[in-house]
Amino acid sequence: MTLRDRATRIARAGTVVTAVALLGVAGVYVRALAFTPVEVAQGEAQKIFYIHVPAAWAGLMAFFITGLLSILYLWLKDQRIDIAAAASAEVGVAFSVVILTTGPIWGKPIWGAWWTWDARLTFTLFTFLLFVGYLVLRGVLTDPGIRGRFSAVIGIMALVLVPFVHLTVYLFRTQHPAPIVLKPSRPSLPSEMLITLLTSVGVFTVLYVGFLMLRYALGLLREAREQELANDS
Amino acid sequence: MSTLRAAWHIAVKDIAIEWRTKTAFASGLVFAVLVLAVLFFSRDPTEVSSLAIAPGALWVTFTFAAMLGLNRAFLLEREMRAMDGILLTPAPRAAIFWGKFGANLAFVGAIEAISLPLFVLFYNVPIWPRLTELLLVIAMATVAFVAVGTLLSAMVVRTRYAELMLPLLLLPFLVPPLVGGVQLTASLLDGRHLSDISGWLKLIGAFDVASVTLAAVLFQVVLDE
Repeated sequence: MTLRDRATRIARAGTVVTAVALLGVAGVYVRALAFTPVEVAQGEAQKIFYIHVPAAWAGLMAFFITGLLSILYLWLKDQRIDIAAAASAEVGVAFSVVILTTGPIWGKPIWGAWWTWDARLTFTLFTFLLFVGYLVLRGVLTDPGIRGRFSAVIGIMALVLVPFVHLTVYLFRTQHPAPIVLKPSRPSLPSEMLITLLTSVGVFTVLYVGFLMLRYALGLLREAREQELANDS
Repeated sequence: MSTLRAAWHIAVKDIAIEWRTKTAFASGLVFAVLVLAVLFFSRDPTEVSSLAIAPGALWVTFTFAAMLGLNRAFLLEREMRAMDGILLTPAPRAAIFWGKFGANLAFVGAIEAISLPLFVLFYNVPIWPRLTELLLVIAMATVAFVAVGTLLSAMVVRTRYAELMLPLLLLPFLVPPLVGGVQLTASLLDGRHLSDISGWLKLIGAFDVASVTLAAVLFQVVLDE
């Protein structure tokens, strides 16, 4: 099977997974709007929580996987791992855009400001910018070997140093709502809300996988094209 | 040749080249003075005292000036493919990192050593009672700047947009030492005791250890041909 055939097959599977996940997102929203109680203090604005939190989960997972794949790439030197790492970073950047847009939409009615320099906002912004830098660097490097190694270096640096960025903005100050699900005591959320949220987290995880497959397939196709061009010349 | 000796030779070579022309040093210094002066006007003098923006001004100046110097470190080796020459010597690969790290530390440290008195002069900041502590904070943050910067500048020099790429990649990683430096400086100028702000000190210290180790290890990957 050629590289091109494999890429096409992955792209087809990715399209199915993405379609299922998008249906799931629609389903989550039907449930969130019609069958989940309205929060007393925040009212309807709280509904955005069912996109915002799962997107944050998917985005962080994407960046974390980029970091792990970067280590794996330096070990095995397989170009497909580099393509997968870049695909994950790209999807992570897309989810970060969702976090950074839904956050202010919620923040305006609740905090009274579109943007505050709260710890989590600031952290998300810096992580987002860091991975935009990662993608820009990939864009300006043409040699696949160098591109792979340099991207892996940035991916590993992000994996190790981003926790420090988190600590920094946390020490600075925070006014973001404290965690209500992932905390030592039991989640303080009515079960209907918790079920909606957890469903949404699951759906966004599937969405991540779907996007990742599509971008990975595209990366393989690009690679196949580069090989063909090299063979022609 | 031992790693340390080779690193010393590489650092001395870089410093000697800089010493003969002083181009990068002079421009870095003038740039630092300009940033300090421009930032002074970034406030309403009737509402915000210069002391209130002084810590931020100091660290923004240091960061920008360091970035200029770090870019120079490997651009130097790009001319006439000088890097290939270094790679052909029997010097261990690790020595190249430590040599560049040392030379960059000297370069950035020298710019900081001259900008600090100017900062005191321009902003009328009473740093003398807390000078040792402030110097410690500056030294700790500078180590982090230079470690991450040396690694990244070795990479961006391979692209066509080195001057543009370095700040883009470097700044997000510099958030911990930069914010920590500003917070610690502000607290010191405020007359607070170091034990009140030990959290920031520990953060920068841990970041130093992590970034220097990481940069030394990953630098080998960057050099791999």
